[in-house]
Amino acid sequence: MTFLNFFISGISLGSIYAIIALGYTMVYGIAKMLNFAHGDVIMVGAYVCFYAVARYELNPFIGVVIAMIVCTLLGMIVERLAYKPLRQAPSLAVLITAIGMSYFLQNTALLLWSSNPKVFPSIVGRGSFKLFDGELSISHITALTIIACLVIMAVLTLFISKTKMGKAMRACSEDKGAAQLMGINVNATISMTFAIGSGLAAVAGALLCSAYPTLMPTTGSLPGIKAFTAAVFGGIGSIPGAFLGGLMLGVIEIFAKAYISSQLSDAVVFGVLIVVLLVKPAGLLGKMTQEKV
Amino acid sequence: MTMRRLINLKRAEARKIYLTYAVVIIAYIVCQVMSSTKFLSSSMRGMLVPICAYMVMAVSLNLVVGILGELSLGHAGFMSVGAFSGVATAILLQGVIPFAPVRLAIAMIVAAIFAAFAGFVIGIPVLRLKGDYLAIVTLAFGEIIKSILNNFYMGIDSQGIQMSMLSDTTRLLPGGKLIIRGPMGISGIQKIATFPAGAILLIIALMIVFNLVNSRSGRAFMAIRDDRIAAESIGLDITKYKMMAFVMSAALAGAAGALFAMNYSTIVANKFDFNTSILILVFVVLGGQGNMLGGIIAAAVLTILPEKLRSFSEYRMLLYAIVLIVMMLATNNAEIKEFLSRLNPFRRKEED
Repeated sequence: MTFLNFFISGISLGSIYAIIALGYTMVYGIAKMLNFAHGDVIMVGAYVCFYAVARYELNPFIGVVIAMIVCTLLGMIVERLAYKPLRQAPSLAVLITAIGMSYFLQNTALLLWSSNPKVFPSIVGRGSFKLFDGELSISHITALTIIACLVIMAVLTLFISKTKMGKAMRACSEDKGAAQLMGINVNATISMTFAIGSGLAAVAGALLCSAYPTLMPTTGSLPGIKAFTAAVFGGIGSIPGAFLGGLMLGVIEIFAKAYISSQLSDAVVFGVLIVVLLVKPAGLLGKMTQEKV
Repeated sequence: MTMRRLINLKRAEARKIYLTYAVVIIAYIVCQVMSSTKFLSSSMRGMLVPICAYMVMAVSLNLVVGILGELSLGHAGFMSVGAFSGVATAILLQGVIPFAPVRLAIAMIVAAIFAAFAGFVIGIPVLRLKGDYLAIVTLAFGEIIKSILNNFYMGIDSQGIQMSMLSDTTRLLPGGKLIIRGPMGISGIQKIATFPAGAILLIIALMIVFNLVNSRSGRAFMAIRDDRIAAESIGLDITKYKMMAFVMSAALAGAAGALFAMNYSTIVANKFDFNTSILILVFVVLGGQGNMLGGIIAAAVLTILPEKLRSFSEYRMLLYAIVLIVMMLATNNAEIKEFLSRLNPFRRKEED
């Protein structure tokens, strides 16, 4: 039963990683850039949700919606100001800009909300379901996280495969030049991708801080990096890959914490990233592309 | 390009190198005179060694970012490998070599060797990747080094050196001494790092990097940076040259780490985290990628300024972030570049 308990908390953590990884993988698939600041959008979302719920005593779900709106706008503004001017620049320049943006968000949060950790109220309370005579307990937030992840995955898959915007996104990730010739507004599509990714980041922020209730300006950076690891693990650019990679990484992390050492669990997670990149550089579900000269 | 222009280009290159040495030596003499005439405050005197260490770090990272054109986000990891191995060596040699400068020199050499070895081991997997993936894996390695050092214990007793991971199971005999104490790091370090030693290390680092850059290998690095596929097609061994630059950079970072650590009485692994890696990256980017003198000046300015503007210190990291973004936008976006060059009254006309 302890094994099953660990497994479920692994799946729950993995669901959060999966939601964050979706943002990374969509942006990478379309804009071909690693949005380093994505993790910090999670933190902003969590703070907005925190203030909505704790200060203005709104319903937690309204808080999450407000956080989503704020993060969506934030993501679009960041893209417009920092990344759009660098569409043609070498990838090193874009990556350094993204790191700068990540630091900018973190330090702005530090000035606005101070470095004192805030105790995040869980959005669904701290109760839990007891199964098998109480041997297996699943907290409400764990269940909610897993369900939220499944719903988001389903909606997003439908959106990408059925709607016109989704089709435009797939076209842009295939070939931006050709997409533009077919009359697709590439800039709007990229902006939309950032908007969706950042909106999801807000959900992830609220779920993450409900499960691990310390909220600080640096809260988002480590989960952000791990979620990126998950996206790479699953094959960057692939949406099912982000889902699979996120879940697997969450389970690996919880098992490493439980059975190896809690201090070395981050090292294990990053070790997994390195091994994956060496054995299967395109990730589990990614497709290998040959470089053309 | 005519022969004449080629010669001029060479001369311009040489002038730049001599200028760098001249600036470093003059700055050293000025600082020495100022500190011996008590013109420098004691807090400034205490910063001379860290500034030297940061300058060496900037030179070393510039070799990877500016010359080789790959982004390393785990450079602080090499610094910490150097710091821990160097300090441990210095402590072990305390009884053997009483003369501090020699002990410092040996410690820095050992640190450089350990860091170079770490660079080699990490380089094997890392250098098979490129671009964003390479950057993120160096970040991962930086974090791994930090968590390993945070859980590493080493002590010495009459039976030799004892090591353990996770928890202190070294079981030292009576009279033994625990040197590295996991998350507590190393304490009771003798502060043997001096400003002249730092300046000498900086000059050596510059000599190594300039000689490397202006050699066959250095031209290979730049060819790989400018066009990897073209470089490969004329028969350059990409992995070999990347490894050469990476290991050399790691070794210099290790020596700088040892110098840095021996300026403090206590050193912990968490000091060398991702923020430190970014700080060094800011030096390189602000100074101009590939420009050694620029990186050195940026390291000095960005270490002294926050000290001088204490009330401003809250905004320091915010300022660094803005510097990174603005520098990248200004150097890579055609419209902004054009706008900035219009603001510059001394702008030179484009020659061709």
